[in-house]
Amino acid sequence: MLKKFVACALSVVLVSGFAGCSGNASGQGGSMAGGAAGGTIKIGFIGPLTGSASSYGQSSQRGLQLLEEQTNKAGGINGQKVKVVSVDDEGKPASAVNGGQKLINSDKVAAIVGPVTSTSANSLAPICQRYNIPMITGTGTNVNITKSGDCIFRTCFTDPFQGKIMAKFATDDRKAKTAAILYNNGDDYSKGLSEAFKSSFTGTIVDTETYNTGDKDFNAQLTKIAPHKPDVLFLPDYYSVVSIIMKEARNVGIKSTFLGGDGFDSPELFSIGGDAVNGAYFSDHYSATDPSKEVAQFIKDYKAKYNSDPDAFAALTYDAGKVLFDSIKKAKSTDANAVKGAMKAYNGQLVCGNIKFDSDRNAVKAAVIIKTQGGKETFYKRFSA
Amino acid sequence: MTFVEFLQQLINGLSLGSVYALIALGYTMVYGIIGLINFAHCDIYMVGAYIGFFAATSLHLPFIPTLILAMAGAGIVGVLVERIAYRPLRKASNISLLITAMGVSLLLENGFNCIFGGDPRSYPHNILKQTNIELGPVHTDSLHLIILTTSLVLMVLLQIIIYRTKIGKAMRATSADKDAAALMGINVNATISATFAIGSALAGAAGVLVGILYNSIDPYMGIQPGIKAFTAAVFGGIGLIPGAFLGGLILGVIETFVTAWYSPLAGAIGFIILIIILIIKPSGLLGKKVSEKV
Repeated sequence: MLKKFVACALSVVLVSGFAGCSGNASGQGGSMAGGAAGGTIKIGFIGPLTGSASSYGQSSQRGLQLLEEQTNKAGGINGQKVKVVSVDDEGKPASAVNGGQKLINSDKVAAIVGPVTSTSANSLAPICQRYNIPMITGTGTNVNITKSGDCIFRTCFTDPFQGKIMAKFATDDRKAKTAAILYNNGDDYSKGLSEAFKSSFTGTIVDTETYNTGDKDFNAQLTKIAPHKPDVLFLPDYYSVVSIIMKEARNVGIKSTFLGGDGFDSPELFSIGGDAVNGAYFSDHYSATDPSKEVAQFIKDYKAKYNSDPDAFAALTYDAGKVLFDSIKKAKSTDANAVKGAMKAYNGQLVCGNIKFDSDRNAVKAAVIIKTQGGKETFYKRFSA
Repeated sequence: MTFVEFLQQLINGLSLGSVYALIALGYTMVYGIIGLINFAHCDIYMVGAYIGFFAATSLHLPFIPTLILAMAGAGIVGVLVERIAYRPLRKASNISLLITAMGVSLLLENGFNCIFGGDPRSYPHNILKQTNIELGPVHTDSLHLIILTTSLVLMVLLQIIIYRTKIGKAMRATSADKDAAALMGINVNATISATFAIGSALAGAAGVLVGILYNSIDPYMGIQPGIKAFTAAVFGGIGLIPGAFLGGLILGVIETFVTAWYSPLAGAIGFIILIIILIIKPSGLLGKKVSEKV
């Protein structure tokens, strides 16, 4: 038994030591080769191209490939062509780590755009940090991702930020004096948004109720909220749940305005919730009905290439790629430290609004507020905290 | 809590409980006859909801034919599950059967997720008009009343089938002693198939009704109500059909009042009460102390 254990431990040490060595060597090689290899700059992309989150990954990949095509048509970056190398992580953290190591060690990419999902981004971030490869996720909203180190950037806002922005929106735009919150206390996204809302709301929180993952009957909580008559009811959860809550809330006679986060964003919201979901406001990263010229141009280009409408994932990953490409251009090299420096100083107008980075390398930007009316999502305004 | 609020929460609790009761009936029936806790029952419920969904959306059937088709489809799936997964193991230990039931449950959930995707789907809005019913200061809606009535009717119907018909007599005989029943000329296989057909058809009906009530179905929709319904069945005395009905309603009411008092505790309190009941009265609310069946 002991022998077996020692053997195991030894092999683990050997393998990790070996991996560490080869990692360091090719890590440095990676950034050098990326700059000079045959006049192309290789950029890695990681996302779920198959599996249950595949629509997120495929949209993101399309956004980045559109940017790749546009950049190369315009003469590339610093006279070099860009080549995007994609890896499928099936939305699984382990596959993201393997895929990331393949991109860094054998494809020798200069930087990585992605991973698309938060859990994958969380597990790949420390590895990119160790190899000193810039990583920029367009869609990973979990707070911890960028805490891995100075190589890791994100162009979307974080989960709690949405709670903060909706609290401010409730007071400034909806003139709300009272609010109630109903959230899922078994879900980080829901909890994160509700805590941020609670600490930022300047009016009175009249009631806070919770439920569990999988619940579909919220009558008990809503009956308790109803007599408080809150001006707004904050519902930080995904469309499949909030649509049922809104329907039941109207049935028990709650007349409050519903507020929420990007989890609302789905056409299914209307097919499940019916009339009850109309008149709600939620924060999002991007709206196809945003009147800005960047959005109009992006939709036109995307449609011309793919013959379909882009969603938020396509827009966000397009933006992430754009920040990276522009920074490589500005740094005039693919040297990781130079690129990181250029990204930190970045300030530009993109599809999802103006982006610059704070000291934690998270994007500082305005949110898009979307209003649901007539069974459709419509752009309401851009709103910053 | 004001009196009106109390009444309203009581109605909320009974509505929620009627959903549990409807699913618990099938659980308890299969257990009563063959002594198997059929963990796949809650997934048959999901299958029924999907069959109903396709009947309503692809075939554009109105409510009653949709319900009948879903019940028939779920019944067939239930019989197939028994034939393929449980019958070969009938002589094996109860634990093997229990584990097989869990396997079938996972297979159905993930199989459906694979084929139809995990996104929730919704029934057409016009399939069953949901209207609010005002009773003075309190209110409920038509669909909850339909579900409550359905579970009540089905409970009575099941009692009649089991105690007043020939197949019911065969079921009770099979439940008492399989081998002796076979010696008396009862076709045990056919009887068990019939049990699964009826139990699964009930689950199918529940799937459609709940699918319309919440207007959202997905491959994993059975897990949570399945656990609650199982609890309700044990609570009322597993194997006893009126027990499942009563257990469902009581669990729904308890859960609702706990939620109204302090919502983060809602998930836990129902089960704490279950544990207390089982310590005091292990055979459940309506259960009599009997020697072990099977």
